[in-house]
Amino acid sequence: MIEWLVPQASSYAASIDNLITLITVLVGFWFLVAQGVFFYFIFKYRERPGQKAQYITGEKKEEKKWISRPHNAVLVCDIVLIAMAIKVWVEVKQTMPPADAKVNVISQQWAWSFEHPGPDGKLGTEDDIRTGDELHVEVGKTYHFNLVSRDVLHSFSIPVFRLKQDAVPGRIIQGWFKPTKTGSFDIQCAEICGVGHGLMPGRIIIESPAAHAAWVAEQSQKKLASAKAP
Amino acid sequence: MSKPIATTRSATGIPTGRLAVWWVIASEIVIFGGLLASYIMHRLGHPEFGDYASHTNTWIGAFNTLVLLSSSLSAVLAHQAAERKDGERAAKLLGLTMLGGLTFAGVKAAEWTMEISSGFTLTTNAFWSFYYTAAGLHALHVIGGVVIMGFVARDAAQGKELQRVELIGNYWHFVDVVWIFLFPLLYIAK
Amino acid sequence: MSNAPHEEGWVKKYLWSTDHKIIGFQYLFTGMAMALLGGFFAYAFRMQLGFPGKSVPGYGLVSPNEYNALVTNHGTIMIFWFAMPVLIAAFGNFLIPLMIGCDDMVFPRLNRLSYQIFLLSAVILIASFFVPGGAFGGAWTAYPPLSAKHQYSLTPAGATFWLLAVALEFVAFLMGGINFVTTVMNSRAPGMKWHQIPVVIWMIVVASIVFMASVGPLVAGAVMLLFDQQFGTGFYDPVRGGDPILWQHLFWFFGHPEVYVVLLPAVGIVIDVIAVFARKKVFAYKTVLYTAFATGILSFFVWAHHQFVAGIDPRMANVFTATTVLISVPIAEMIFVTIATLYGGSIRLTTPMLWALAFVAEFLIGGVTGIYLGSSGSDIYFHDTYFVLAHFHYTFVPIAVIGSFAGVTYWFPKMFGKMLDEKLGKLHFWATIIPFNFIFIPLFITGAAGDHRRIHDYSRFPDLARADLQNLRAIATVATVAMLVAQVIFFYNFFKSMKSGKRAGNNPWNANTLEWSAASPPPHGNFEVLPTVYRGPYEYSAPGRESDFWPQDEPPDGETEPAQEAAE
Ligand code: HEA
Ligand code: HEA
Ligand code: CUA
Ligand SMILES: [Cu+2]
Repeated sequence: MIEWLVPQASSYAASIDNLITLITVLVGFWFLVAQGVFFYFIFKYRERPGQKAQYITGEKKEEKKWISRPHNAVLVCDIVLIAMAIKVWVEVKQTMPPADAKVNVISQQWAWSFEHPGPDGKLGTEDDIRTGDELHVEVGKTYHFNLVSRDVLHSFSIPVFRLKQDAVPGRIIQGWFKPTKTGSFDIQCAEICGVGHGLMPGRIIIESPAAHAAWVAEQSQKKLASAKAP
Repeated sequence: MSKPIATTRSATGIPTGRLAVWWVIASEIVIFGGLLASYIMHRLGHPEFGDYASHTNTWIGAFNTLVLLSSSLSAVLAHQAAERKDGERAAKLLGLTMLGGLTFAGVKAAEWTMEISSGFTLTTNAFWSFYYTAAGLHALHVIGGVVIMGFVARDAAQGKELQRVELIGNYWHFVDVVWIFLFPLLYIAK
Repeated sequence: MSNAPHEEGWVKKYLWSTDHKIIGFQYLFTGMAMALLGGFFAYAFRMQLGFPGKSVPGYGLVSPNEYNALVTNHGTIMIFWFAMPVLIAAFGNFLIPLMIGCDDMVFPRLNRLSYQIFLLSAVILIASFFVPGGAFGGAWTAYPPLSAKHQYSLTPAGATFWLLAVALEFVAFLMGGINFVTTVMNSRAPGMKWHQIPVVIWMIVVASIVFMASVGPLVAGAVMLLFDQQFGTGFYDPVRGGDPILWQHLFWFFGHPEVYVVLLPAVGIVIDVIAVFARKKVFAYKTVLYTAFATGILSFFVWAHHQFVAGIDPRMANVFTATTVLISVPIAEMIFVTIATLYGGSIRLTTPMLWALAFVAEFLIGGVTGIYLGSSGSDIYFHDTYFVLAHFHYTFVPIAVIGSFAGVTYWFPKMFGKMLDEKLGKLHFWATIIPFNFIFIPLFITGAAGDHRRIHDYSRFPDLARADLQNLRAIATVATVAMLVAQVIFFYNFFKSMKSGKRAGNNPWNANTLEWSAASPPPHGNFEVLPTVYRGPYEYSAPGRESDFWPQDEPPDGETEPAQEAAE
């Protein structure tokens, strides 16, 4: 359902959206049943002249079953929900498929900076490309990210990926994503981080392999040029 | 002001005052529980706390433990005296407990002065922050207990509100027990 | 209320009183005033969201740091200075002695002191808007390091005032809670067994206990945060060996139980009102209590569902998602029991009944949307979006606003001896309920579309700066204004009826519980003769009786044998 509002652009976005649909079906059913019975009772048992209410304690077995049966049915739904929620959680947060590339994500009041591997394809080398507020990735590749914060909590959120992870000062938090769709989308900071919390937008630019290679080449040219300049 | 009838009722069979003191203690337990749980979590994550803790003086801590334990004993004796309706003796014994509390606070003050002058202050590192916060919160309870005990003893000496001797005693035991947890955590585990 | 008798000065009677009813009113009126303040803040920041950058009539331009301060204090006020004082303290103080049949709380002076500390805390919170740097803007959750260091929050004094205010409020409610619990345990009327205590009283007691058992660690945490702010300790500072996530654990260990602390009393009010106006015995009274206990206990094991993506060990999420989703079982049961109580009733749609029924219908929306968040997998997406926001307004508004209105309209005759105007009451009901849904249904959608919280202007986010989303935001804002304006009807009705409403008599609703056998309003000491209890509180429409109600304190007489059996 969420895909009507926000496109899916990562390998796990569909899993999360399907979980949301499943929840909608299960709790939606109970919601409608509860509201239906509720309004029906209000209508059916409205005050009528000369009619007295019934005396029901609800303590007898054959009365209690009206509560205990739904109780057990809700419990069954809960177990299904828990299992599915954990399944998706494990996929997104607890497994790390092998990486094709790595990026560093650095948050601070109130800006993002990103470190991409340069032409050598490795992070942490001389030719790394640093950008502010713009993350460039290649579609179809699996990325690992290292998320850090320089000051307060921030949260690295990419709605089209269905990805969200808080950045905590003093820790390096790892995660992964695999873009499945080209385009440029919002990166948000989803944890209040002070006055500029609303002024901390970023952009993710998902490129085809060719476009990405071109971008990397262009950036490393620029970098070389500025390094040579006196 | 006369007491409302509500105060004199006892549907549970437990006197209202005693019930209330138990609830006070229960809510205090979670306060200290939260603090100590935080400390223990930090401690497990930071082996270097052991080194910092080696600068605390176990002997002073042990002495204070002894002082508090004996002051609890006189509180028990005061309760027994109050049971026998011997308000005067109860008041005297409570006085002894107060003396213990004051000794504790005095020793604590001297100890802190020493530590602060050797450069271990509230902000030195996380261990010392916990040390002063936990022991400080406890010391506030000791001082508060002594003050309340003063009022109870004054009334008891005139034979009034003798049931309160037991209540303040219970509270005092609680303060004592908190220290029993703090002492090993802050002094012994080095 | 103005013509106080001469022997007791106005101050002594209304400000320095130890009478539980007056203290209840003090909480009620303070809570109302704070609700209006919190509502005004919501108006100011919603106007900014609906019509960004425009000067807000009655407020002015909302700058980013003012926006944060308004949101933070809106949340803080609504929970700690509106929901808690009205639902627990006002109703607890007013109702407990009356409904269990005694003359006052067991510790009247402690009671007075707890209100005074509460009032002081409110004053400090309001004062925080006038200190240099302005009020705290780091969200009601006050996560460090933002809240701990002035160079990050930029509100050096505001942050400390906020913290102090919250801590004092906790102290006030700790003292109040001890008083409530002890009173109910010990001072019940002769004959009142534990399963003859009205549900609302049970709920207030369970809520007080849950509060007492959960707030302690946060009190300790607040002391640590205060030291971090003022003395530069490093409890939450990773550079100095501290841990910012520690605060989150301490906060939510309290924060989650806290939502049930306000939920339970509201459910209690609703169940009592529904029983009276359906003329029905509460369905499975004991089950109601067990669901309350189960909710209370489970609530201590779900806290980390607020921290799924906060950087905790991801394996922990699996435990907390299970406990969180399971809490739907007792709460669903609580709601099913409420619905079952309507079965076979003779339902009268008075104003209090409308509020009580609206609570059930609206809370269900908030409840089921909690499941989307409790499921760890989907919370990755929803965390800190307006979907969360809409979820908790669909729980909190039913609880705090609808629940309070149910309680106030129901007990108004007892409180002031006059009847409220039913026509105005119903008008106010619809004028509040309809806009309420128009505020938060759109916000579910903007949240699902990615609107994240505490953003004063979405124009910098291209995916969010769309016209369709902005229209939804504007609808929510217009509806907020409508909902606030509707409150004029309530206050007019309230004060007008207090002065010149129809006389109520002792028991205008033909209800069973003990407060209705006292005079309206009850004098100091409450009852002429302290009552004795002969039966449970919900003996409505008992078979073999002429009248369809049977007060708890009416001595049994021979002709009513069968019903008496059923009562046990
Ligand atoms: C009184 C208020 C209140 C209440 C009652 C609840 C009730 C619930 N809440 Fe909510 N919640 C808040 C107030 C409240 N909450 C607030 C204020 C926040 C945000 C704090 C902040 O960040 O500022 C929040 C946030 C919040 C989060 C964190 C979201 C995030 O930040 O990422 C989660 C996650 O699990 C959650 C879950 C739940 C659940 C599972 C319930 C359950 O209790 C609901 C149970 C009820 C039902 C489920 C309905 C009845 C049942 C049926 C009709 C049967 C059918 C159901 C099934 C088959 C499952 N809530
Ligand atoms: C009880 C809790 C409560 C209540 C009632 C409300 C009521 C409202 N809230 Fe709020 N809200 C919170 C708790 C509450 N809120 C919290 C905890 C936050 C999070 C803060 C944070 O992020 O730090 C929040 C945040 C929040 C935001 C998010 C801002 C952001 O993240 O940027 C928004 C946005 O629209 C909002 C809107 C509203 C609106 C329009 C109302 C309207 O319903 C307001 C209308 C108000 C009234 C109509 C008052 C009626 C009552 C009376 C008149 C009193 C009567 C008294 C008696 C009967 C005794 N709220
Ligand atoms: Cu960075 Cu919010
Ligand atoms: Cu919660």
